Amino acid sequence: MAEQSADNGTNNNATAGSTGTYLIRGAAILGAGAEDLLIRDGIIAGRGTDLSADGATIIDADGLIALPGMVDVHTHLREPGREDAETVETGTRAAALGGFTAVHAMANSTPVADTAGVVEQVHSLGRAAGWVDVRPVGAVTVGLAGEQLAELGAMADSRARVRMFSDDGICVHDPVLMRRALEYVKAFDGVVAQHAQEPRLTAGAQMNEGDVSAVLGLTGWPAVAEESIIARDVLLTQHVGSRLHVCHVSTAGSVEIIRWAKARGINVTAEVTPHHLLLTDELVRSYDPVYKVNPPLRTDADVQALRAALADGTIDVVGTDHAPHPSEHKECEWAQAAMGMTGLETALSVVQHAMIETGLMTWADFARATSFAPAGIGRLSDQGRPLEEGEPANIILVDPAARWTVDPSTMATMGRNSPFRGMELPGKVMATFFKGHPTVLDGKLNTPYRHPADAATAPAGGY
Amino acid sequence: MTHVTQAPVPARVVLNHADIDRALTRIAHEILEANKGSKDLVLLGIPRRGYPLAVRLAQKIAAADPAVDATAIVGQLDVTMFRDDLSHQPTRPPHRTQLPLSGIDNKVVVLIDDVLYSGRTIRAALDAIVDLGRPRIVRLAVLIDRGHRELPIRADHVGKNLPTSSAEKVRVRLEETDVIDGQAVNEVVIEAGA
Amino acid sequence: MKHLLSTEGLSLGNAVRILDTAEEMAAVGDREVKKLPALRGRTVVNLFFEDSTRTRISFEAAAKRLSADVINFAAKGSSVSKGESLKDTAQTLSAMGADAVVIRHWASGAPHRLAATDWIDAAVINAGDGTHEHPTQALLDAFTMRRHWTKLAGLPSTGADLKGMRVAIAGDVLHSRVARSNVWLLRTLGAEVTLVAPPTLLPIGVEQWPCSVSYNMDETLEKGVDAVMMLRVQGERMNASYFPSTREYSRRWGFDDNRLRALDSLGLKDTIIMHPGPMNRGLEISAAAADSPRSTVLAQVRNGVSVRMAALYLLLSGDTREPAATLKESN
Repeated sequence: MAEQSADNGTNNNATAGSTGTYLIRGAAILGAGAEDLLIRDGIIAGRGTDLSADGATIIDADGLIALPGMVDVHTHLREPGREDAETVETGTRAAALGGFTAVHAMANSTPVADTAGVVEQVHSLGRAAGWVDVRPVGAVTVGLAGEQLAELGAMADSRARVRMFSDDGICVHDPVLMRRALEYVKAFDGVVAQHAQEPRLTAGAQMNEGDVSAVLGLTGWPAVAEESIIARDVLLTQHVGSRLHVCHVSTAGSVEIIRWAKARGINVTAEVTPHHLLLTDELVRSYDPVYKVNPPLRTDADVQALRAALADGTIDVVGTDHAPHPSEHKECEWAQAAMGMTGLETALSVVQHAMIETGLMTWADFARATSFAPAGIGRLSDQGRPLEEGEPANIILVDPAARWTVDPSTMATMGRNSPFRGMELPGKVMATFFKGHPTVLDGKLNTPYRHPADAATAPAGGY
Repeated sequence: MTHVTQAPVPARVVLNHADIDRALTRIAHEILEANKGSKDLVLLGIPRRGYPLAVRLAQKIAAADPAVDATAIVGQLDVTMFRDDLSHQPTRPPHRTQLPLSGIDNKVVVLIDDVLYSGRTIRAALDAIVDLGRPRIVRLAVLIDRGHRELPIRADHVGKNLPTSSAEKVRVRLEETDVIDGQAVNEVVIEAGA
Repeated sequence: MKHLLSTEGLSLGNAVRILDTAEEMAAVGDREVKKLPALRGRTVVNLFFEDSTRTRISFEAAAKRLSADVINFAAKGSSVSKGESLKDTAQTLSAMGADAVVIRHWASGAPHRLAATDWIDAAVINAGDGTHEHPTQALLDAFTMRRHWTKLAGLPSTGADLKGMRVAIAGDVLHSRVARSNVWLLRTLGAEVTLVAPPTLLPIGVEQWPCSVSYNMDETLEKGVDAVMMLRVQGERMNASYFPSTREYSRRWGFDDNRLRALDSLGLKDTIIMHPGPMNRGLEISAAAADSPRSTVLAQVRNGVSVRMAALYLLLSGDTREPAATLKESN
């Protein structure tokens, strides 16, 4: 596609295949009053009422809400290594359909993303796919083995410009290693994203430890195994003066610890998944492994505490922990099944259902938790920006009145393991603009954005 | 499909309390006559209503022959597990099989049931008996024979032959097993088919 | 009932129906011909992913007494140990025309998976799954208790429940599927259950269970008890620090000779001692207790066949063409 326009070009409108000019008519910006947004060559060229069409493609957004493109801090794209579960191409298609313009690809691929080579490969695959920004997350330790720091600096300096580091799936449980990682990432403004799980307390764990596990005879995953690591890590973070991100917070006790840490001025951010905002361990009574996830689904009291924490900002962001698995890893006994759930294509709807329709959050709060804050954690300069003139045109249009029934078989992700299967959820992403290009239009996948050919060899910081 | 209330099923009483009692008295005498006395007699009732009929018959036999202890010659034979239609009916919990202390080997066993219809229950009863012992003779006594046999089986003693359409239902109600509107009843009725 | 997966969801009506049917099945064992034709032409598969000769032969005897064809499928040394999935195994059994699958599995919930998926439409009987449930064991325990309890009261056992009976279940409750199934079933039948165990071997959440919990065996006996059920404890648990030593375990939590004598001195002359087997003599139960006249260990084994006959009969004899017409409560 050599005729692609450069995303830093200024007046290449109207040529075929360019990001072109679009006029979004009458969208409720962040859920507030209806205004027009003029998009030209990757930039918001104007915001106001009755903007001139000026040869632009007109998109009638009556009844739709305009939001900044969502940024996921926690996505498993599986490539390289498990292309039978997901590829960068299929995972980012799902992301675009779900309203995302950037995703952080977790490091637990095969090989592990613990070198500059692997993170650059994932980054390149993301650029080639062109559906969203793919920001690789680097492993904290070599091979996620928890023994030796990976080359964090090399990954930070690579074309992928990694800022977030995580052994997600495995906890960096050695306190000395965690301390060193927190200290080391200060050199390049990095952040350690911790999967908080004390390994000895969770040996063989299958589900939340409590009333339901007692009845089902499944080995428990106690809340204290998460909370004790978070408590340790916020204190380490304070001690070394670094930056900590806590992945997929799942318990009411964790919320209390993070609230306490923030009150003390500790530089900690926290994430909650859509499924932990809605589902409880009661679902495990079915023994259907579609509900098997790590950390596990907790109790209703935990769900309510997580919602309150997201609403008041104690929890900063929603991260999907999108974790596709091939069907054979779920069509088996509970104990044999893989942990994880898909989430990219349901995140917006679940959060609308759990947070907005309950009156806990506004759409402006939604933009904070799904775009502004996560872009800040990942240090993405051109994502999570306000919808103002001159800003990058990463925009989504949402129909908040839509209702749809989740059918995993029709999703773009290769994973069929959605725990929301069969549920009726509100809200639908009607359009996604990524760098000014509509990757999703009329609620359907459109075409990918094509990076200018020269950008592939240029320093990635320019985009 | 327009009717909401269920019309009462037309029912016709064909035997009342006294009719049943007379029929049983006659059968008791026939059994004694066929057996040339009470020697080796064992009456096995088939649950549910065959058993109370067997008890009543045993009492009438004891009344006719003071040498007989009614309780010592009567038993219950459950045929549930021997039925050939187990997989075509809702699950039936089995009833107890209880033989007289004397057992059934070399005895004259009279099977007692309320209604003889297809003959399949009696077929099952004959199989059940084989697993319990080896009687010298097996006879069959029923209160009602309504025809429509599906197997080569006939009763030795019949209270009443009742020609029916297979759409009709024959209901035997005994005070030992049936209470209707708080009243124990003894009657045989025919209900028209649906 | 289409499946027998747990006692947690078993209604009083169905529980009593199984026990009553088992009484009739028990009578068959006393006859010359110990066989009934009820399940002729039906195929019962014993699918065992975990060794248990006792449970397997009990189900095998039950199925054979009902004239069913029995196929034993031990997952060890078969295609399953070569990595075949539960799904493929189930579909294979379905293709072979299995009418019932008796499944023993090390993974909690595996029988639920078979019953809930469309992998196989046979009746599923849980013969013990992980640390979840073992419903036929609880039913045979209840059957044994009911015979004892009604005999003391001079009543027929058929139709009876266990109202007022005091049962202590002692030992490794945390890892015991037998304890779980018994707690639910005994509650349904009206018995009063006390769990006696070291706190390390009780699950978090046990306080929600319909029973009381004690850490003291002697106090439990002193309060009066009609049946004491000792659970098997694995000596290896010591290595995971569930208790300090096997010696301390048997002294504090085991049923030893002193406690056997205590039953007499407490005037509990009718109290029975139960064990699901296999026993660790000298660990959770002393030899004298296991062999005393109070012990129902062998009666439990005998009753196991009757109860499993009842379960197989009730699940397999009904009209299979219209499952909607039957009571469906076990899932």
